[in-house]
Amino acid sequence: MRRQFLSLLALSTALVAVPAAAQDKITIYTYESFTAEWGPGPVVKKNFEEICNCTVDFVAVADGVALLNRVKLEGKSTSADIVLGLDTNLTHEAKETGLFAPHGIALDKVDVPGGWSDDTFVPFDYGYFAIIQDTEAFSTPYKSLKDLVDGYPEQKIVIQDPRTSTPGLGLLLWVKAVYGDKASEAWENLSSRVLTVTPGWSEAYSLFTSGEAPMVLSYTTSPAYHEINEDSTRYKAMSFKEGHYLQVEVAAATTKGAENPLTKQFLEFMTGPGFQDAIPETNWMFPAGETSGPLNPAFDRAVKPAKTLAFSPEEIAANRDAWIREWLDVMSR
Amino acid sequence: MGVYRDSRVLAGIAGLAAVGLLIGGAFAGLISEALDDWSGAASAFDSYLFRITRFTLWQALLSTLLSVAPAILVARALARHPVFWGRSFILRLFALPLAVPAIVASLGILALLGRAGIFADALAWLTGEPWQGIYGLSGILVAHVFFNLPLATRFLLHALETVPTDQWRLAAQLGMGPRTTFRLIEWPVMRAALPGVAGLIFMLCITSFTIVLTLGGGPRATTLEVAIYQALRFDFDPARAVALTALQIALTVVVVILLVRAGADMVADANMPVARRRPNMARGPETFFNALVILVALAFVAGPFVSTIISGVQADLVRLASDPAVHRATLTSLGLAFIAAALSLLLSLSLTMARSAMERSRGRTASPSFLERLFDTGAGFVLVVPPVVVGAGWFILLIDSGSVFSVAPVMVVTVNAVMAMPFAIRAIRPAWDGAAERHDRLCASLGISGVNRLRLIDWPSIRRPAFTAFAFAMALSLGDLGVIALFGSDEVKTLPYLLFERMGSYRTADAAGIALFLGIVCLALMMLVDRTRRSA
Repeated sequence: MRRQFLSLLALSTALVAVPAAAQDKITIYTYESFTAEWGPGPVVKKNFEEICNCTVDFVAVADGVALLNRVKLEGKSTSADIVLGLDTNLTHEAKETGLFAPHGIALDKVDVPGGWSDDTFVPFDYGYFAIIQDTEAFSTPYKSLKDLVDGYPEQKIVIQDPRTSTPGLGLLLWVKAVYGDKASEAWENLSSRVLTVTPGWSEAYSLFTSGEAPMVLSYTTSPAYHEINEDSTRYKAMSFKEGHYLQVEVAAATTKGAENPLTKQFLEFMTGPGFQDAIPETNWMFPAGETSGPLNPAFDRAVKPAKTLAFSPEEIAANRDAWIREWLDVMSR
Repeated sequence: MGVYRDSRVLAGIAGLAAVGLLIGGAFAGLISEALDDWSGAASAFDSYLFRITRFTLWQALLSTLLSVAPAILVARALARHPVFWGRSFILRLFALPLAVPAIVASLGILALLGRAGIFADALAWLTGEPWQGIYGLSGILVAHVFFNLPLATRFLLHALETVPTDQWRLAAQLGMGPRTTFRLIEWPVMRAALPGVAGLIFMLCITSFTIVLTLGGGPRATTLEVAIYQALRFDFDPARAVALTALQIALTVVVVILLVRAGADMVADANMPVARRRPNMARGPETFFNALVILVALAFVAGPFVSTIISGVQADLVRLASDPAVHRATLTSLGLAFIAAALSLLLSLSLTMARSAMERSRGRTASPSFLERLFDTGAGFVLVVPPVVVGAGWFILLIDSGSVFSVAPVMVVTVNAVMAMPFAIRAIRPAWDGAAERHDRLCASLGISGVNRLRLIDWPSIRRPAFTAFAFAMALSLGDLGVIALFGSDEVKTLPYLLFERMGSYRTADAAGIALFLGIVCLALMMLVDRTRRSA
């Protein structure tokens, strides 16, 4: 009943709205740090508006998870043409909603580790999780996740909670990918050197840079920020021989957006230099498409994983709850 | 029942209805979404939930005890020395923690007691092993006491200030020592205020989120609030969120009822204060003891601020001060906080006057009606409804109307106003009740009522606490992040929001600078309120 009412309402709103909007506007839902003044949003908006003769409207919510919830809540009545900022942990769940439409664009410019062939989601950047070390606290990096897990417990690390944070979930999946059924034991060992588990990336990284802990979970690209913006090489990512867990950030058209011709144009634009050039030094991730030139050398110095670790979105959707429960059981002992 | 025709009671009912609408609407929104699938509610109750519930209660009870017990000493010391250099600064400082986002306070505390904190070496020497920081229950408790000891002190001091000056004089003339004065004058007033203050602090601690996660050291320390947040933000399971919130409210109701039972009801003093100022009461060794108590409390509260200032001044303050984004956020914050505080004061006044009118219209022996209780403690329970629940519930309701974004500022203001209401009520109530006791009969015989009475009789006696309540509500709104983050609208960027935005994109120094700025804005506000209060 409520759904019917909703769609009626959506229909009436659409009838009123269409003549005024006249399809020269594209609404993109994304996460906050994307639209922040130093984020990619402002550049992307300017570049796309120059070629599309239209207006780009960003609507920002806290993060990828909030983004999916928002779209789920709004359902068919959403005003989003494009949802930008989900990651591969969420794409299966997102597809299940039936709210997303096939992108229908050529993916030849898309370049992510392991290749990409999804017909709904288009990647716009990617990154690898990594443990960042404060070289002023200790100089020798760990060579593997095993060394970290079994290492000297007095040397602490700050991590994020997988229940409330994307990197937190990333570490959980990383450990699972490396240890499999032995993940519980690994967490039990690691827990002795976990200084604290923060609700999000910001709190963890603040504790790390304020010197509370010599290690933090972040991305392989984090040192590039300090090198480029602060001219500092104090913080370094450690390269682990088991490989690093991959996070791919994607965008997709909603079923509503599929009717807007600008949607397809934007998704195509997203894989090219007008969008991709902005990614490295505003979103601090690797571009997943074509850039007009080479990246700042600081990115070349970023850790290149020996192996890319990733579960499929289906595996994650099927196991996430059980794995988080397993983590909780060990960590709350 | 003539009491329901009393305009003061009607005002209270209107205030209560507004609060009920805000909370009830949120639940209605969530429940309408949960109707499709109730399974989450049942599956929430497992052994893990039992463990976190136990921890939630335990840390909240300990935090309350550790905040309130020392506050009795500090409030008493401050009351016995009404004049000394720096006293008003201490009181202003004690209002600041309210405006500090939890993560800023946590970082401030860790800069002192953390693994790399200033006292790390001393603590390592004391414990005989490398200091690993105060993560765990102790960290949570220190942070909660930092937030709540000053709050409890200020409320208890307010209660003490309602004691008419003549009583102090009389005590001095009768040659009462500190112990007798405490037993006969100070303790009865404080005891009457204690259940309310303790209940309020308990509610603040039971809903703690960032502090518990950041300083708790791991998921061993998890509160129900974290589970609610997870249920809504990550799993989007409204049924579970509703069930957990109901549990949180039920637990709080039980604890608060126990607290109220433990406390004594006291009728405010009916005598008119004659003397204006009272001298310092304490002599000799007591002065030394009081000074020590005040200094320790001051060091405890000021410490994290000092470390916040130290990291704040390392930021590029000149650039921040000329950053248009900071200007906009400051204006937005001040504007929203001002409206929220005004609304909060209005709500609190309506509930306070209704409660007092109802109390006075029933016989001394009759027990208070349910409605009267709602005006008093009942309204405080809004604190244990997590902002994420209010935000998400209204979001669901408003999506149908398609006006989610335009409503964001309204939502922020109302939620902040309602969340600040329990604080404002605590600040106003002692003075209001005292004034009602003094003036009711007089007004009845002179036939003064309604707005005239409020303007001529009641307002002058509650002016000072009303300003305090306003400042508290404003400070609280200034530091709030909760609801804004949910509605996520670029037009409503407040200072805490900006702080988090910078923190979330490697700009830690900027965030520290903004934290300092937020503190300065708040301190300036307190000074302004004090000045207005004095000249008013």
